[in-house]
Amino acid sequence: MDWAFIQEALPALMRGAVATVAVSLAAIALGFAVGAAIAGASTARARGLRAFAALYISFFRGVPLLVQLLLAYYALPFLGLDIPAIVAAVGTLALCCAAYAAEILRGGLALVPPGTVEAARLLGLTRTQAFLRIRLPIAAQAMRPALVGEAIMILKASSLISLVGILELTRTSQALASSTFMPLQSYALCGAIYLVINFTIMAAFRDRRRA
Amino acid sequence: MSIVAETLWAVARGLPLTVGIWLASVATGLVAGVLVACARHFGPRPVNALLLAMVETVRGVPFVVQAFLLYYGGPFIGLDLTPILAGWLALSVYAAAYFSEVFRAGFAAIPPGHTEAARLLGLDTRQIIARILLPEMALSVLPALANLAVILIKETAILSIITVPELTFTVSGVGSATFAFAQTMTALALSYWLLVELTAHAARRLERGIARATLGTA
Repeated sequence: MDWAFIQEALPALMRGAVATVAVSLAAIALGFAVGAAIAGASTARARGLRAFAALYISFFRGVPLLVQLLLAYYALPFLGLDIPAIVAAVGTLALCCAAYAAEILRGGLALVPPGTVEAARLLGLTRTQAFLRIRLPIAAQAMRPALVGEAIMILKASSLISLVGILELTRTSQALASSTFMPLQSYALCGAIYLVINFTIMAAFRDRRRA
Repeated sequence: MSIVAETLWAVARGLPLTVGIWLASVATGLVAGVLVACARHFGPRPVNALLLAMVETVRGVPFVVQAFLLYYGGPFIGLDLTPILAGWLALSVYAAAYFSEVFRAGFAAIPPGHTEAARLLGLDTRQIIARILLPEMALSVLPALANLAVILIKETAILSIITVPELTFTVSGVGSATFAFAQTMTALALSYWLLVELTAHAARRLERGIARATLGTA
């Protein structure tokens, strides 16, 4: 790979990388909000809610993301839902993320010993306070590795939205590959940028107390 | 032909290749994964470092980018593969990277005393791996391997992008030809959902069966 190619390709790829990171962050934020609701439903008393949560998790984890995207992009307009491609793409990514997020949140919260919450309640904290100040922080610590894994998974999965025409890192490298006729260099550079983003995520979430 | 018949016919044409390329990739991925884990566990330090870098690269780059790199970039380095061969190779490499991590964890979980004892009894490294380490960890790595294998079913859909005529390719082809996107895409999603759930169910039964047979417990 020659230096001139990298110099020529890098600005466009960096713009693509920014779009990839932005889309992934939006999907993760939305995904965890929906995931919290699904996790709540999966531990609810009402049987209907639990069944819905199980079905939701099974569907979004059982169908390839590519097929989910095709479904959202091509099939929804036929049902009268004409949404912009970017909304369909980020929405699908978020709904898929939610299925995994729900499992992570449920697992993390279940790990917190009930005694800690009981102690907090006895000390006069309200239920909300006990959840936000005691249970959630302890669970977050336990969930840390899974959260990093989930963030990287969504980052990688976001490459598929290039197929419904969203201009992000993978799409940019595809355009670069066909315009320069250098697919080897274009995709290698693209992969390298994904790796750099991954390492940034891992470094940002590293447990400093253990390091 | 009606849309329903055409969609069903597309599923019937695409499903065998989806399952075939999946099984083939799982098989080569398992073999390569064991070899990588062995090389990392028993090999010299530079080999371990090199393989670690390769595994982390494969695990960190989106599969679609790897498939593009191999299929479109391959011919530039003399690797002119058919879509099916490129798809099988790409998925095998991807599978091997993830499987090798499971085997590595499996190796690490076995007390070193077992290897030392085997060596004192005169077994060579190959015998120690085949007779002691792999049988010992078979049960503990099985759930993680099965889980990864199920995930790999979903990755095969990405091969449609490099024109492998598998399930997503054949069914979305009917969609583009007839514009019946709602019906075809729903059928496609349901096919994968069923395939993944059935495989996951079969894997759980297999795990329980093997656990019962070897440990004598449920």
